[in-house]
Amino acid sequence: MKRLPILLSLMAGAIFAAPPGAVAIRNARVIPVSGPAIQKGTVVLRNGLIEAVGADVTVPADAWVIEGDGLTVYPGLIDALSTFGIPEAAPPASGGGARGATPQPAATPAQPANQSANPPARGPEDRPFTTSWLKAADLVKPSDRRLESVRAEGYTTAVTFPNRGIFAGQGAIVDLAGETTGEMVVAEGAGQYVTFTTTPGFGGGFPNSLMGVLAYVRQVYLDADHYKQAKQFYAGHSRGTPRPEFDRALEGVLESSRVLLPATRRIDVDRLLRFTNELHIEALLYGVPEGYRSADLLKNAAATALVSLKWPEKAKDSDPDEPDNIRVLEVRDHAASTPAVLARSGVRFALYSGGIDHRADLFKAVKRAIDAGLAPEDALRAMTLTPAEIYGVADRLGTIEKGKIANLVVTKGDLFMDKTEVKYVFVDGVKFEPVEEPPPARPGAPEASNPGENR
Amino acid sequence: MKPAFLALAWRRHSGLRGRDSSRPGFAPARVPALQTERLRHRYFERLSNAAVFVGLFSATLAAATPPIVIQNATILTVTKGTLNGSVLIRDGKIAEVGEKVAVPAGAKVIDASGQFLMPGIIDCHSHIAADSINEGSVSVSSMVGIEDVLNPDDISIYRALAGGVTTANILHGSANSIGGKCTVIKLRWGKDAHDMIFQGALPGIKFALGENPKRAGNPTGQRIGAGNVPGRYPATRMGVEDVIREAFNEAKAYQQSWKDYDQKAARGEPAVPPRRDLKLEPLVEVLEGKRLVHAHCYRADEILMLLRVADYYGFKIRTLQHVLEGYKVAKEIAAHGAGASTFSDWWAYKMEAFDAIPYNAALMTRKGVLVSLNSDSDELMRHLNDEAAKTMKYGGLSETEAISLVTINPAKQLMIDNRVGSIEVGKDADLTIFDKHPLSNYAKVEKVFIDGQLYFDRASDLAERSGRETEKKKLMDKEKEEQKKNAPAGRGRPVA
Repeated sequence: MKRLPILLSLMAGAIFAAPPGAVAIRNARVIPVSGPAIQKGTVVLRNGLIEAVGADVTVPADAWVIEGDGLTVYPGLIDALSTFGIPEAAPPASGGGARGATPQPAATPAQPANQSANPPARGPEDRPFTTSWLKAADLVKPSDRRLESVRAEGYTTAVTFPNRGIFAGQGAIVDLAGETTGEMVVAEGAGQYVTFTTTPGFGGGFPNSLMGVLAYVRQVYLDADHYKQAKQFYAGHSRGTPRPEFDRALEGVLESSRVLLPATRRIDVDRLLRFTNELHIEALLYGVPEGYRSADLLKNAAATALVSLKWPEKAKDSDPDEPDNIRVLEVRDHAASTPAVLARSGVRFALYSGGIDHRADLFKAVKRAIDAGLAPEDALRAMTLTPAEIYGVADRLGTIEKGKIANLVVTKGDLFMDKTEVKYVFVDGVKFEPVEEPPPARPGAPEASNPGENR
Repeated sequence: MKPAFLALAWRRHSGLRGRDSSRPGFAPARVPALQTERLRHRYFERLSNAAVFVGLFSATLAAATPPIVIQNATILTVTKGTLNGSVLIRDGKIAEVGEKVAVPAGAKVIDASGQFLMPGIIDCHSHIAADSINEGSVSVSSMVGIEDVLNPDDISIYRALAGGVTTANILHGSANSIGGKCTVIKLRWGKDAHDMIFQGALPGIKFALGENPKRAGNPTGQRIGAGNVPGRYPATRMGVEDVIREAFNEAKAYQQSWKDYDQKAARGEPAVPPRRDLKLEPLVEVLEGKRLVHAHCYRADEILMLLRVADYYGFKIRTLQHVLEGYKVAKEIAAHGAGASTFSDWWAYKMEAFDAIPYNAALMTRKGVLVSLNSDSDELMRHLNDEAAKTMKYGGLSETEAISLVTINPAKQLMIDNRVGSIEVGKDADLTIFDKHPLSNYAKVEKVFIDGQLYFDRASDLAERSGRETEKKKLMDKEKEEQKKNAPAGRGRPVA
């Protein structure tokens, strides 16, 4: 009986998803991102791919036609950092959170599952808060209840990560619809997601401070390096050499081509750029609400930032008689100008939802960045092509071009405008008509709306 | 001492701070949560009042650095007597000191008539400017380091500047028998973390004896606590000694494993190098004299214990920190060659800190110990000149001896006395101008220079306050407006 709703919704999906043939959206305004806008163009989709796009495209005889007058077609949005598709996962840290620039280096997360049963870690060798071997590609499920509301925002793809622990696990680029886990995955190996998780108090085990976490991450990378050397040596001298102990934590780290690190303040950006430079690891900094005052550092390091659209806000329960200090106020005021400043400075960045799962809120957040000076086309790029480039899938995602995956958003009105309606979303060529109203929260489901929770 | 101050004392003093109180004395243990919250708010309120003029001075001064002449000051050189005259600063260094100094073309002249010029104050024990202080989970936390978490935005830096401090030894807390790595910084407010590090100063490491390391992680003594968390070893002073000895046994074995590997490699034998161990590397550096040990201690018995352990393993304790019973074992401290960094008159905040006297600094000085006075507190840090003055009353130190306790002596303890700590030609131009004699508690800091750059100016600070208030009000009003406009649509609300 429990399965019945899922079954029903699958059937409902199938009504829209029916045609195995082709879909043509004709006479629509097309924004391919890869080139100039086509004022009156046609996009043809077949077998989950884009078959043709242009002003003079003939609609195939077998195509299901959508009249595009008054509609605009964009590439499907890509959430550059999320947990979408992994049921039960909390949204990733936005970096900013409600407390603005208030330093929160040792914010305490909920106890990750892998810790609760174990005795307190006595040092790096116990690999605290580490599940580096987990793979989003194994964990995503089409049944994640958030997918529907996320598609209603225009997202067709998400780069999604396990997000609990210091080395939380490996991300994957997934399409936000499908019948099976395997169908959803576009590519795996998106990188290793790291949070600065600490234990509370002195009795809870290592690490209980930010410097402890940093020391731990450093030791793990040194260990991974040593592990690699030891394994190579063993391969050449198997006889007479005791074999190195298999270490899945280090295997997971070695498998990850890049690491995602949380950077809230300018000092975090500075610190982590130096840190990753020292360890010779490729990093993506995420959160970055103080990016507006860190552009010089990012530029000099040729670094890439994932900027959370969840802009820092005044805490709801703050005492009106005790105003925040000027720096906190400044961060809250300036944070949304981060994308504009990064674009002007030539820093590569992508935008991510930070867990915003309502269309109006997402568009409002992007609009704030645009009002703060970000060109609308740069905003679109930062939510389509740039994330595809960052994760190495620009050959198949991020633009409307022949041969790419048929992920599209079709709107009535310009994307990111208040009144704009998302009419259709195509994921792998399958059409969805978004429902604005998200399903009501499941009773007893964890309140997953606390960004910064896993820092 | 005010009662409130006393209530804060243990937490402040020990460096055993919770996560919420990485700034000394600002979320004290026994203050109820609500009050703590208020304190926090007030803290940030004060933060906005104190200058937040990020790098204004440094930006303007860095562009072009003409020589500076400070004229007509009473100059307390500390090492070369006191004179009335001028100091010439060129390229961040003290270029000339004398009764008459010619003003080079293009030089900026500062008239300090009636004012007192002294070397920037050096604090040998501070916990400001860092995002975390204690890795309290383990008994040996030498794998962590303050350098990783320096925070140049900490307003305490600016406030310490306003107290004439230019250099500080930022220490890990005292929750561990062997704590984390320490870093010496210059208070270059407005610069990024890396630019605050005192380049050329030897790195340090914190040790701690007595109650803090044996109590940390042992809220219920050695018993199994409510959450079935086993108490952290050690729980006694004997255990502290054992932890230190074991750590150095391990460090020696680790040192040897690298020597063995190097020999193998030299012979051309194939081998995998040993695993790098971030916990043991700093201890090997201690054994090799490349890292200075700063040891938190109180009682005479534990001080003697540590000196014996250090002698046994063949390394030196560079400074004993707090060392309130140092007056009882001053001869032994001097014989080991350890420095002592203590308080003027702050004690009795816990059992092990009871047998203290205000004569400690003077008595140890007379027995040939290199003594400094430190703050261990962002508040005390702002008036170390006052602390120094107290040693003239308690123990009869001379003016110069008293000032040395917060200038040249801590510089020697940190082995940076070739660069700072006195006004001498060739040293860094880290200088503080007081309006009155710095050993008077009416004295206020007028200007502070680091490397010849002006980092604090009382007049500018006062002049800029109203502007900052206006700016703050503007931001607050704007936010209120935005909040009205941007109320989130949220779940379940009708969408237009």
